[in-house]
Amino acid sequence: MDLKELYQEIVLDHGKNPRNKRKCKDFNKDAEGHNPLCGDKVHVFLKLNKEKKVEDISFEGEGCAISIASASIMTETIKGKEFNVAKKILEDFLNMLKEGSKLRINSLNEDQNTTMMSLSGVKQFPMRVKCATLAWHTFLHAAENKKEKVNTEKGNL
Amino acid sequence: MLGANSKDKFMDIKSVKSQFPIFKNKINGKPLIYLDSANSSQKPGRVIDRISKFYSKEFSNIGRSVHTLAVTATNRFEETRDLVKKYVNAKSREEIIFTKNATEGMNLVASTYGEKFINKGDEILITELEHHANYVPWHFLRQRKGAVIKFAKCNDKGEVEIDEIKKLISNKTKIIGITHLSNVTGAILPIKKIVDLAKTKKIPVLVDGCQGAPHLKLDMQELGCDFYAMSCHKMYGPTGVGILYAKKEWVDKLPPYQGGGGMIEEVKKDNITFPGSPTKYEAGTLQTAEVVGFSESIRFIQDVGIKNIMQHEKEITEYGVQELKKNNSVKIIGDPKNRGSIISFTIKGIHPHDIATILDEDGVAIRAGHHCCQILHEKMGIAASARASLGVYNSKEDIDVLSNAIKKCNKIFNK
Ligand SMILES: Cc1ncc(COP(=O)(O)O)c(C=O)c1O
Repeated sequence: MDLKELYQEIVLDHGKNPRNKRKCKDFNKDAEGHNPLCGDKVHVFLKLNKEKKVEDISFEGEGCAISIASASIMTETIKGKEFNVAKKILEDFLNMLKEGSKLRINSLNEDQNTTMMSLSGVKQFPMRVKCATLAWHTFLHAAENKKEKVNTEKGNL
Repeated sequence: MLGANSKDKFMDIKSVKSQFPIFKNKINGKPLIYLDSANSSQKPGRVIDRISKFYSKEFSNIGRSVHTLAVTATNRFEETRDLVKKYVNAKSREEIIFTKNATEGMNLVASTYGEKFINKGDEILITELEHHANYVPWHFLRQRKGAVIKFAKCNDKGEVEIDEIKKLISNKTKIIGITHLSNVTGAILPIKKIVDLAKTKKIPVLVDGCQGAPHLKLDMQELGCDFYAMSCHKMYGPTGVGILYAKKEWVDKLPPYQGGGGMIEEVKKDNITFPGSPTKYEAGTLQTAEVVGFSESIRFIQDVGIKNIMQHEKEITEYGVQELKKNNSVKIIGDPKNRGSIISFTIKGIHPHDIATILDEDGVAIRAGHHCCQILHEKMGIAASARASLGVYNSKEDIDVLSNAIKKCNKIFNK
């Protein structure tokens, strides 16, 4: 385990100065997520247009540096993407955290790739993986209009 | 055991610590600094060995067969009950009920007492400091019977003052449930005074003794409470064992809790009769080996001496508070006059989970979260806190490692 891998500069920066941390204007979908074990909470706001493109995405919430940074990085990465592409990015991200695989997706630019990869250190800290995935699962819930709140302890991910 | 050449005034901490095999292990290549005893304590070797010996030489199910092993096992089990009875100064063995943990003890009281004595509109008086284990069982009763739960307020210091309890007592109050020692603020509550007050109104008192039992001298006659729930795994004992002390007058009056083998007297197709306590509260096969193992935990505490433990923990706790206060970014939660060995804190700009992860790298085990006290955390306006809690094996050096590890948090986050 290596703390430097977990708390990389990019992660710390997003944790301290999260991007898109607000309620975005005229969102048409939203969902809430909660990690009852540590009290992390996130509310994702999403504007999906008719062509199923993510026109805008933002979040509100509180939590540890990892969960806030991950939410922030997610909004930056997914904004402007087709929903299907966003979903692929999400799957890729989850695989990176669960299996340690490299990002396979080729629709990200180099910057975005580096930023996403900055969260790869979380894999070595199994107790923290849920912090990093909460916002992403919540995004999916919002996009797919699932009624239930995301709850990391209920196995409804 | 109490070495004369120790730096510690009260006991030879090195010799005490060396009795706990866990400390031989390295955590992330560093010595283990265990500051999570409020969650669960570590176990001395004699407890572990006792369980192993019981399984190798004495094991059988208890109370059911007449063969030699069954008799031995039953005797060892019941000897533990006698030891506990003496240790907590109960009047009779009927007052000592084995449960799986304190949570089950409190559920037992809420179920049996609640079933018989609490009805629609009746009031249950608990406090804002309570662990969920002393709230959720009452919530079930609220739903089932339409009872009302009232919360005595906790003050800025993290204490519950007796006046706050007095204020809420009415002629509908049917029971008071209160913690002996808060697992978040560390406050030791004036249980004896509260019991005296409750007695004048004939209201029984259930004490959540989870944090009191491992760190304070226990004397049920002096406290005078009606029920006292403990978890043995926090008392240097095995998991899976709890003890509910329940006054004789109550165990005689209250109905059984769970039904099954072992807790019956006579079973007919149209009726069942039950024996007295503790049998009627101990349904099914019990955690025999763990109960027997717990007898060694009590002997361990007695050998070190509860007064020595209290003195030692007080000294280390005071040192901990003093050292943490030197760090301006640290905010200690609560400032009770009478503090048990628990220090909860937050660090400006760093979430408790990040603190716990960073501390873990240095082998420092603390807990982060709401510690099963969501009501209290909400009142303080935070979702979570970090908590360092001490046991008999902790020393000032452990506090120094903690303080330095906290400085490392500052360094990572505030550059
Ligand atoms: C004050 C208090 N009450 C109740 C409990 C619950 O203990 P257990 O889970 O052993 O039943 C705890 C421990 O977490 C506690 O600290």
